[in-house]
Amino acid sequence: MAELVRLGERASRPALLAVQDLKVSYGAIAALKGVSLSLGQGEVVALIGANGAGKTSTLRAVSGMLKPKAGTITLKGERIDSQPSHALVAKGLAHAPEGRGIFPNLTVQENLDLGAYLRNDKAGIAQDLEKSFTLFPRLKERQHMPAGTLSGGEQQMLAIARALMSRPSLLLLDEPSLGLAPQVTQTIFRILRDVNAGGMSILLVEQNAHLALDLAHWAYVLETGEVVMEGTGQALLGSPEIRKAYLGE
Amino acid sequence: MYKFLQHVINGLSAGTIYALVALGYTMVYGVLKLINFAHGDVMMVGVYVGYAVAFLLGRETATTVPGALLVFAVAMSACAALGFLIERFAYRPLREKPRLTSLITAIGISFALSYGFQLDWAVQDWTILPGAAARRFPQIIEPKEWLVLGDSDVIIWNWQVISFGVAVGLMTLLQLLVFKTKFGKAMRAVSHDHRVAGLLGIPVDRVIAGTFMLGSALAAGAGILYAVKDKSVQPLMGMFVGLKAFVAAVIGGIGNLPGAVVGALLLGLCEEFVVGYTASSWRDAVAFGFLIAVLLVRPAGLFGKFQPEKV
Repeated sequence: MAELVRLGERASRPALLAVQDLKVSYGAIAALKGVSLSLGQGEVVALIGANGAGKTSTLRAVSGMLKPKAGTITLKGERIDSQPSHALVAKGLAHAPEGRGIFPNLTVQENLDLGAYLRNDKAGIAQDLEKSFTLFPRLKERQHMPAGTLSGGEQQMLAIARALMSRPSLLLLDEPSLGLAPQVTQTIFRILRDVNAGGMSILLVEQNAHLALDLAHWAYVLETGEVVMEGTGQALLGSPEIRKAYLGE
Repeated sequence: MYKFLQHVINGLSAGTIYALVALGYTMVYGVLKLINFAHGDVMMVGVYVGYAVAFLLGRETATTVPGALLVFAVAMSACAALGFLIERFAYRPLREKPRLTSLITAIGISFALSYGFQLDWAVQDWTILPGAAARRFPQIIEPKEWLVLGDSDVIIWNWQVISFGVAVGLMTLLQLLVFKTKFGKAMRAVSHDHRVAGLLGIPVDRVIAGTFMLGSALAAGAGILYAVKDKSVQPLMGMFVGLKAFVAAVIGGIGNLPGAVVGALLLGLCEEFVVGYTASSWRDAVAFGFLIAVLLVRPAGLFGKFQPEKV
């Protein structure tokens, strides 16, 4: 294994998520060959890397969509690997998957309601619904329309808002910029910054390294299933290697 | 005119029974994208359970209202349990395997049930057990004329009314369950995308198991109504009724609940008219011809949306 490069100093925070030596395979093909990472309370951590580097696999293993072959995942000190996804939602994980995964035939409102599936506090749900409408005014305008009629950007907003409806302690986001116009992506990242400023911890997978590093407190660079570099977002943005490989310079 | 009216009544009466069975096919297809070919045979098992309960209660008790309700309740619960077991031990282990594997398993279960019930379990004089021969289904609803029009031109039997009422009642309950309860919401989410449903905290395995139990219970109810009409129960009835109900579900657009009901009513009427105005030997040919005609015009069924297979 190559020497892991570390850039910048990480601010110390109480640990929320810790992944240790995570291995995942699809049949005979190893997608993750021992990934370790950590995320502190209130932190935005980004995973960047080329297609097939293992970013999405990492996220899926954390949220229980994939069963790891080896390694441990701990959330708030509790082992969560090999638990089904629905059980992890109750423990405070919310995953807005790649491709958004909204229900196109259900209305925006119904999609959001499903995000609060495990909650029973009606008043709290109504309050959070209002919150998501403040965060994403576009969704309020389209509250009663089938989610399939929304534009790509609005669908992504819905996916994020729906994930937040479970009042998670950690939000997992997979490629929020996928297929969106640059302006729309800017808006979404601005909102993510606000969400994080409100105290939400975020683990972000993103192709657009520039946006991701700009938002992230800490980031990991994945290459063919391994972490090859980590550092503060700003330090990585300044690294010539990163600029060459991921920022197209 | 009277004749026409009589056929409409008979057709609707048969159609509502098909509808209850068709709903089971369509619900399971909705959540799993699996044609549960064992569904009709689960229904048949339910009829035998109802038969055994009625047999044990005796003729006097079984024809009372509480007796008849008990027959329904036990048969429906037994089928819910059977549906649960089939899903848990036959389909769930194969869920991530290619879909054909589950389909073949379904056909296997269908044969195991329908032929297993033909084995001569029956010890002499103890006909509560199934066997190859058809058994007379006890008249848990004593036939009475409910309404007679003209000079006995149109007869509506009490069992037709009761059967219609029970079927509509069960369908209304299902509608409420699917659209007004949390379980229903979860069911719809799972049918859209079970992976995403899991990410929202919906216990997908439990929802799928619940769907099987629900569909199987409805099938048992339908099976008993059918057996009351037919006055008999036999191990292959699941295949006949199941196939028709499956056709009804496909006509309506498989995966679509109202579609299954409409498809079943149309099929029931269609069959009845064929039998009434031509010869009964044409019945099945016309039923399947109807299916082909619908699929030629609307390949996804009357209410289905055509979705190309995702690669």
